[in-house]
Amino acid sequence: MTVSRDLMRHVHGWLLLTPAAILLIAFTHYPMVATLIDSFYSKGSAIRPSRFVGLGNYDSMMADPIFWKVLVNNMWFALGTIPVSIALAISMAMLVNQTLPGRSFLRMAYFTPTILPMIAVANIWLFFYSPYIGLIDQIAGWFGLPGHNWLGDPDTVLPAIIVMTIWKEAGFFMIFYLAALQHIPPELREAARLEGATRWYFFRRVLFPLLMPTTLFVLINAVLNSFKLVDHLFVLTKGGPDNASNLLLYYIFESAFSYFDTNYAATLTVVLLALLAVMALAQFFVLDRRIHYR
Amino acid sequence: MLNRFLKKLAGTAAAVALTAMALAAPGAATAKTDLTMYYPVAVGGPLTSIIDGMVADFMKENPDVNVKAIYAGNYNDARIKALAALKSGQPAQLSVMFSIDLYELIEQDAIVAFDDVVKTDADKAWLKSFYPTLMENGTTAGKTWGIPFQRSTIVMYYNKDAFRAAGLDPEKAPATWQELVAAGKKLTKADGSQWGVMIPSTGYPYWMFGALAMQNGQTLMNGAGNATYFDAPATVEALQFWKDLGEKYGVMPKGTIEWGTLRKNFLEGKTAIMWHSTGNLTKVKTNAKFDFGVAMLPASKRRGTPTGGGNFYIFKKTTPEERVAAMKLIKFMTSPERSAEWSMKTGYMGISPASYQTQKLQDYVKGFPYAAVARDQLEFATAELSTFQTGRVRKALDDAIQAALTGAKSPAEALGEAQATATRLLKPYK
Repeated sequence: MTVSRDLMRHVHGWLLLTPAAILLIAFTHYPMVATLIDSFYSKGSAIRPSRFVGLGNYDSMMADPIFWKVLVNNMWFALGTIPVSIALAISMAMLVNQTLPGRSFLRMAYFTPTILPMIAVANIWLFFYSPYIGLIDQIAGWFGLPGHNWLGDPDTVLPAIIVMTIWKEAGFFMIFYLAALQHIPPELREAARLEGATRWYFFRRVLFPLLMPTTLFVLINAVLNSFKLVDHLFVLTKGGPDNASNLLLYYIFESAFSYFDTNYAATLTVVLLALLAVMALAQFFVLDRRIHYR
Repeated sequence: MLNRFLKKLAGTAAAVALTAMALAAPGAATAKTDLTMYYPVAVGGPLTSIIDGMVADFMKENPDVNVKAIYAGNYNDARIKALAALKSGQPAQLSVMFSIDLYELIEQDAIVAFDDVVKTDADKAWLKSFYPTLMENGTTAGKTWGIPFQRSTIVMYYNKDAFRAAGLDPEKAPATWQELVAAGKKLTKADGSQWGVMIPSTGYPYWMFGALAMQNGQTLMNGAGNATYFDAPATVEALQFWKDLGEKYGVMPKGTIEWGTLRKNFLEGKTAIMWHSTGNLTKVKTNAKFDFGVAMLPASKRRGTPTGGGNFYIFKKTTPEERVAAMKLIKFMTSPERSAEWSMKTGYMGISPASYQTQKLQDYVKGFPYAAVARDQLEFATAELSTFQTGRVRKALDDAIQAALTGAKSPAEALGEAQATATRLLKPYK
C-alpha cells in the first residue's frame, strides 16, 4: 500500500517535471552534446563528406592566430565593461533612490538605453564615432581638437565599443540595484548617522555588503553579456580593422555562416561554453561564500 | 480462394486507379508549377516592392506558373536561408544570390549549370546576350551557373562645387592616380574640414582593392577559383598606393574608412571624392545639396573595377517542369525591358547591351548621363574576388588590407601572409 503510494508520488513528481525537462533537453542539453560531437568532425560538403578528425579542429584552433586575438579582445572587453558598468549602476541607483525633483524622469533617462535594441544603439553610435561628421568629433571641434577616426584605428576601436556597451548596460544593472536599495531598511542609515559614521564608511561597511547578493547576480549577467553581446559588431566594425574589435561569438558566427565551417564553429562554441561554465561556477563557489544573505 | 481474393484485389486496384486518373485529369489540364524564389536586397530603397511588382507581372503573363518570391535579407542571409532550405528538404527552385557565392554553391552541389538546362538554340543565344564581363563571376569550369540580375560596379562620385572652389575643372574628373593625388591635395583643407578622397575600407575592403589592383594591371584570382595573386608585385604596389593616399600624400584620413557612413561624409561635404557602388547613385542624386558628378575610376596602368552584385541560380533539386518554369521567370526578369526598368528604379546597371537600346533607358540616360557611367566602365571591369573557400580567403585579404592601412603591417608583409593563408586553403582544390 505504502509502496504503491510512494511510487505514485514519484510518478506524479516526474510527470510534473516532464514538460520542463523535455524543453531543457531539446533546446539546451541536446544542442550542447551535438556541438561537442560536431567539433570532432571535419567540414563537410557534397563533394567531400565530413569525417571524424578527433582533436584536429582543436589543433587548428590552437594554431589560429585570430582565435587567440579574439580571446584576448574578449578578455579586455569583459575587463573594460564589467567593473565600470557596475560602479556606474550603483552610483546611478543611489542617486535616483534619493528624493530629488524630476526623479522619475531621471530614472527613465537612465533606463532608456536598455530599452533600445542593440542594433539601433549601434547605428546611433556609428554616427557618434564617425570621423569629422560624428557628434564626438563635432564637439571636439568646438575646442579646436582634431578629429579622430575612432572606429578605424586599431588602438581606439575596442575602447570605443567598450564605452558604448557600458552606456547600454549600466542602466539595466541600475534597475536591480535600485530594487535592492529600496529593500534596505532606513533604520540602518539613521543608526550609522547616530554612531557618527561617514557616508563613505556607511557605504563601504553597510550598504555595499548588503548589496552583495545583487552584485553577484549582476556580475554573472555582466560576464555572460560580455561574451554574448555581439550585435553591435555587425553594425559598427564587423570585427575590424584587422580583427582589432573581433570577439569570440562574432568569430563563431563568421566561421559558421561566412565560411560555412560549422564544425570549426562548433569547436569554438565548445571553448565558449567551457569558459562560461568555469566562470559561472567560480563566481558561485568563491563569491557566494563571502556574501551575506539576509 | 486466394485466387479469387487476388482477382478482387486487382479489380479494386484498377477501379481505384481509374477513379484517381479521372480525378487527376482535370487537374492536370490546369496544373500549375509552383516556384519559390529567394532574393536579397543589399542597398536601401523600396526594392522589395519593385521585385514583387515584376513577379506579379510575370504571373499575369504566365498563368501556369505560380511564383512565391521571398525577401531573404542581405546577401549573407539569402545564402544561409537558401542552403538551409535545401538541407531541410524544402528547397527553393531558384534564387538571387551573391555572384561570388558561386564556388560555395558548386561545392555544396546545390546548383545546376544553365548549359544543362537550356535546350534550344534560341536559349543558347540568350545565354550570350549579356555583357560578357558580368558573366565572369557566373562561369567556371567551362559552364555558366549564374545569370546576372542586380549588378553594379564601383564609380567615383565627386563634388563639383568643391572642385570649383579649389580651382579645378568640375567637368574633368581625375583620370589617373597622379591626377587623383594632385586634385586631392588641392581639395584637402588643412583644418580637416574637407578631405580630398575617401575609399571605404570596412565592409567590403576586398572589393575596393580589386579595383585598385585591376587599375595596376593585376587580377586577384584565376578563373578556376583555386589560386590568388595577393602577393604579386602589382598587387602590393596597389595597396601601397591606397596607404600612401593617407600617409604620404595626406589626401585621405588615416586608418580605415567606414563603408556605412561614407555616403553621409560625401553628402555633408567632408570629402570631395568618394569611391562607392553605383547602387548608391539614386540615393546621392536625391540627397546631394550640391552639384555632383560621377566618373569612372582613375587609371594607373589601365582603368579597372570589379563588378558586384547578385545573380540568378537554379537549384539542382528541381523537376524538369520546374526548371522550364524557372527559366521562363529568369528570362522575363532579365529581359531588356525589365532590366531597363530595374536599372532606372535602383541605380543598378542594365545587364545586356539590349537593355540600353530600349527607348526608356535611352531617354533616361539622355536626361541623366551619369546613369551610363557604370555601363561605359564595364569595358574595363573584371570579376569580383571569388574562390573556393571564398569566405576565409576574402577575410584573409580584408584583414591584410586593414592591417596595412592602419599601419600595423607593411603592405608586402600583410599581403604575403594573406597569400600564404589563401594558398593553404586552396591547396585541396588544385
